[in-house]
Amino acid sequence: MKTIILKSASSYLLPVLLLFSVFILLRGHYLPGGGFVGGLVAAIAFVLDAFSNGLDKTKSVLKIHPGFLMPLGLLIAFLSGVSPIIFSDLPLMTGLWVENPIPVIGAIGSALFFDLGVYLVVIGASLTIIFTISESA
Amino acid sequence: MTNDIIILPLVVHLFFSILLMFFWNKVNFQKVVSIVGNAVAMVVAIWAFIFVYNNGTHIVESGNWSAPFGIVFVGDMLAVTLVLLTAIAGFAVSVFSTISVIKARLRFGYFSVFHFLLLGLNGAFLTGDIFNLYVWFEIIIISSFVLISIGGEKNQLEGAVKYFALNFFASMIFLTALGVLYGLVGTLNMADISLKIAEVENTTLVEISAVLFLVGFGIKSAIFPLYFWLPASYHTPPSAVSAIFAGLLTKVGVYALIRVFTLIYGGDSFLTILLLTLAIMTIFSGGIGAIIQNNIKKVFMYFIICHIGFMIGGLALFTEVAMAGVIFYLIHDIIIKTNLFLISGLIYRIKTTTNMKKLGGLYANYPKLSLLIAIPLFSLVGIPPLSGYWPKISLILASFNAQQYWFFGALIFGSLITLIVIAKLWAEVFWKDQPKLKFPEKFIYFDQLRIGQKFTFIFPVAFLTFVTLYIGFGAEHIQQLSQRIASELMNNELYINAVLKR
Repeated sequence: MKTIILKSASSYLLPVLLLFSVFILLRGHYLPGGGFVGGLVAAIAFVLDAFSNGLDKTKSVLKIHPGFLMPLGLLIAFLSGVSPIIFSDLPLMTGLWVENPIPVIGAIGSALFFDLGVYLVVIGASLTIIFTISESA
Repeated sequence: MTNDIIILPLVVHLFFSILLMFFWNKVNFQKVVSIVGNAVAMVVAIWAFIFVYNNGTHIVESGNWSAPFGIVFVGDMLAVTLVLLTAIAGFAVSVFSTISVIKARLRFGYFSVFHFLLLGLNGAFLTGDIFNLYVWFEIIIISSFVLISIGGEKNQLEGAVKYFALNFFASMIFLTALGVLYGLVGTLNMADISLKIAEVENTTLVEISAVLFLVGFGIKSAIFPLYFWLPASYHTPPSAVSAIFAGLLTKVGVYALIRVFTLIYGGDSFLTILLLTLAIMTIFSGGIGAIIQNNIKKVFMYFIICHIGFMIGGLALFTEVAMAGVIFYLIHDIIIKTNLFLISGLIYRIKTTTNMKKLGGLYANYPKLSLLIAIPLFSLVGIPPLSGYWPKISLILASFNAQQYWFFGALIFGSLITLIVIAKLWAEVFWKDQPKLKFPEKFIYFDQLRIGQKFTFIFPVAFLTFVTLYIGFGAEHIQQLSQRIASELMNNELYINAVLKR
């Protein structure tokens, strides 16, 4: 799609949407949101960029192959799951929390890292699917 | 660390499948990592088995949420035994996969998905929460869809579609049964359900949920009349995949039936009649199917169905002797069925076909190998003192004591037909002269392989045969183990008390 409106809008939308996806990721623990939705929003940001500027340019913005984000996200989620076994001899998947919440980000715990893992897996999976389809089309 | 020992097999498999995904394109490195991963998983499984054997049922409350509310993982004797068997079969199949599955298939993350499949199996055996059991079943079927369709040949996709459709249907019925059960008792923890279901007044609905579970698990474990997907799909993927499917996927259905019908719906007379009828029909139809097939892979597939009937029937009898027979048979069956499909892969590599009419002369050309293959075949028939013989004693004794002569007859019929078919197979494949074979080009024969590659082919078969021999000659140990598991299953207070910490 080569419209000038979409093209100029997308260069502003990419950072804004990415920031918004991080916001959704962080508010997810108590409010609607979380890793899955955040990941989808981030994926949409890149898809929009690919629509207006072409796939190759988006790939150069992304720098790494999106498929790589899947095992990375899984690894982060996995480590957040086993962290209670390693650090404090509690059963698998027990929530570990930092005592004082950090400004802006809020309370940090193993659940946040699980969500971060989900976020990366969703970006990786959806971008891999969409890039593969648009390459073969 | 020892507190979490029973879930370590899950952690190991998840870790290795993630690790393998990082090396997506380095297939040769993946082979090494997968074998190491399965070896580690086997060590951990042995450790967990010994721990539970010495200390009794052990539970892990995931997330530190206490029992009826959070999801618990329960390592009772049955669960850890099956985890150990999964590890043994998984190790053998992963070694076999490194050489027998072609690179074009391995490139698509075969090993990673394979570890996910083993993760799902271990999870299904260990979980104490019935909805979590559903989730593990989903992990199992999603991984198995990938494994069955990887490679994308035409007949393979046809098999995959049938497999997908019926297993998906089974999951739906399982979920419906869960919904009905949750509506009745308001809890998902199996131990808690077991206590609360006794107080439910609406026994009709309880029976409906039981029948729904029977249908759902019945499709997965391929009992009569719901087995049609199995012969249509299991022969299409590579032998290594068929082996893990044959050894473990139908058995996880049997495990779920055993767990649900001992813990939740124990010894209902209506279910006894239903299960017995189904078992007899399963043995009959599986046996008849086996006798008319000419492809050895298909013969083995009908044997899976036939021998599932033995276990279901033993479960229906619902006595401690019968249950010990069922558990012993399950232990024997997982190892032997995995081995049989590995053997069919080996024969395919030697002769480029698995059709009995075209095969022959294996004994003349490979006498040592033939003797090795003879051991699992004779164990399957149940020639004393090999492993198939011992559980049949318990089952026959139990059916005679319970005066279920129809099932008694079906057991004899099933054993006899196994004997006939194996005798036919032995005569056709091993003793008959080799008919003229048209060898395709571009096929790497067994004889052309290097000595190390040949070893990789034969080692898994020999390893599983050794385990079978141990089950046969060390039958006393296995029988004691089976009796202990049977008594734990029949007196489910032990399980309930361990989970709810009463």
